[in-house]
Amino acid sequence: MIRALIILLALALPARAEEVVAGLSHDNIGITASFNGSEILIYGAIKRFEPEPASDRMGIIVTLEGPPGSVTIRRKSRQMGIWVNTDSVGVAAAPSYYAVASSAPLAEILDPNVDVSQRISIPLAMRSFAGPIEVADARPFTEALLRIRQEEGLYHLDEAAVTILENTLFRADFTLPANLIEGDYKTRIFLLRDGQLVDQYRTAIYVRKVGLERWLYTLSRDHAAIYGALSLALAVFAGWAAAAVFRLIRT
Amino acid sequence: MQIYLPIAEVSVSAALLLGLGTLVGLLSGLFGVGGGFLITPLLFFIGIPPTVAVATGANQVVASSVSGVLAQFKRKAVDVPMGVVLLIGGLIGSGMGIWVFNLLTRLGQIDLAVQLAYVVFLGSIGLLMLQESLRAMRREKRGGKRAKRHQHLWVHKLPLKVKFRASGLYISVIPPMLVGIVVGVLAAIMGVGGGFIMVPAMIYLLGMPTKVVIGTSLFQILFVSAFTTMMHAITNQSVDVMLALLLIVGGVIGAQIGSRLGARLKAEQLRILLALLVILVAGKLGLDLLLRPSELFSLFPGAFK
Repeated sequence: MIRALIILLALALPARAEEVVAGLSHDNIGITASFNGSEILIYGAIKRFEPEPASDRMGIIVTLEGPPGSVTIRRKSRQMGIWVNTDSVGVAAAPSYYAVASSAPLAEILDPNVDVSQRISIPLAMRSFAGPIEVADARPFTEALLRIRQEEGLYHLDEAAVTILENTLFRADFTLPANLIEGDYKTRIFLLRDGQLVDQYRTAIYVRKVGLERWLYTLSRDHAAIYGALSLALAVFAGWAAAAVFRLIRT
Repeated sequence: MQIYLPIAEVSVSAALLLGLGTLVGLLSGLFGVGGGFLITPLLFFIGIPPTVAVATGANQVVASSVSGVLAQFKRKAVDVPMGVVLLIGGLIGSGMGIWVFNLLTRLGQIDLAVQLAYVVFLGSIGLLMLQESLRAMRREKRGGKRAKRHQHLWVHKLPLKVKFRASGLYISVIPPMLVGIVVGVLAAIMGVGGGFIMVPAMIYLLGMPTKVVIGTSLFQILFVSAFTTMMHAITNQSVDVMLALLLIVGGVIGAQIGSRLGARLKAEQLRILLALLVILVAGKLGLDLLLRPSELFSLFPGAFK
């Protein structure tokens, strides 16, 4: 009887010997008028049910992914002496923001197969193409997308941003840029051993406009005519006020 | 100080935007151009999405033209009937222009069309104005006879003649209406107020005195850009009021300084300055087309087709 219970318990217990538990310094980011980027600390611990396996290649990767959007990538070429957009490739979904932080270089701690199945590294974050591809080779286009977004700081890889303490506690620091868009930022934490996935933890950070930003944005979407009239009224008033003020100064 | 723009969804320096607004306002007050041909490319350059830049630029132009036109009204330098005729043409042309704009967008060549339009129109107008102003200056230096004020061209034989008192003209409404339409079409395609096309057209085609040209052009631009702002706010929701406000605060100050400065300068000098500025912008855009760009690829939000 007792033996049966032990077997049952063993089955009920997670198959993995290690689990990731994690928390965020804050899971809500409010975009105010003076929003100038944000620092996020992701911290956690590795929960063990048995002694630590003898493996020296433990790794932790943390990814942060902004809401996806479609993108058209256009390439210029020379036509009759001038540079013109000629070819284009559409991407149905590419994250607006994607950051990868790891405890060691990805090549050392991440098996390429796991990378593909979990879509971890930056080149794999881009999703499917939109519509038929009309160019012979789409690779330069997707490379350009990654290059341009990396230059803008929207895609970011830091292979030393995760620090592990005593093989149990870890922390990852992210600096979110100022040009964030609204949405849910998917956060994933991967625990790897010898390149293989041991456990993962998922959570989300909610980025929202607040206050005046929220009010203006909502007004522009829900009551476009009122918003337009408000913009015009503001412009006319400012123009009139400036003229009046300058007249006062002169007299 | 950085500020987050709610519609553009980017964070930019508030001081930079104020400075940009002042610069464009200065030009607006000085030359009677809306400044759209400068503000739109400048906003692209600092990373504002193109749709937001075009729409918000229009809103900024409203403010600087209100400010400018009030200063011009004080100097009795606005020909209201002429402005109304130009405006009617402008609204018709703007409607036609939006149709052409959508057609070109479907063909995927709107960028090229806009750039070519800038180079061709700004370039040729700039050169024409420069040549004409230099000739006028030289004539004045030699103390020779000035060009005849009222040239009797075919323009003056058309029906529907109206007296435009402030301009001292008695001409048919058809030529100003046509000027308004052409300017409206180009303005919609190029995303500008169209002052830089209208000012020379009023001087050289309609024979209006330079004194009333600036005020009348600002008057027309005010209404056309107000119309454009509403259209953008309703159809694309791309007017960023926060961005507009910063540009406007800088712009209205610039416009006041500009119109005071303009009153002190000679008309010929003003025209040479405007011509040089226009040639500079056209030259820069022309070089962009001719030289190999450092980045051949560009990203556009949204899947095409």
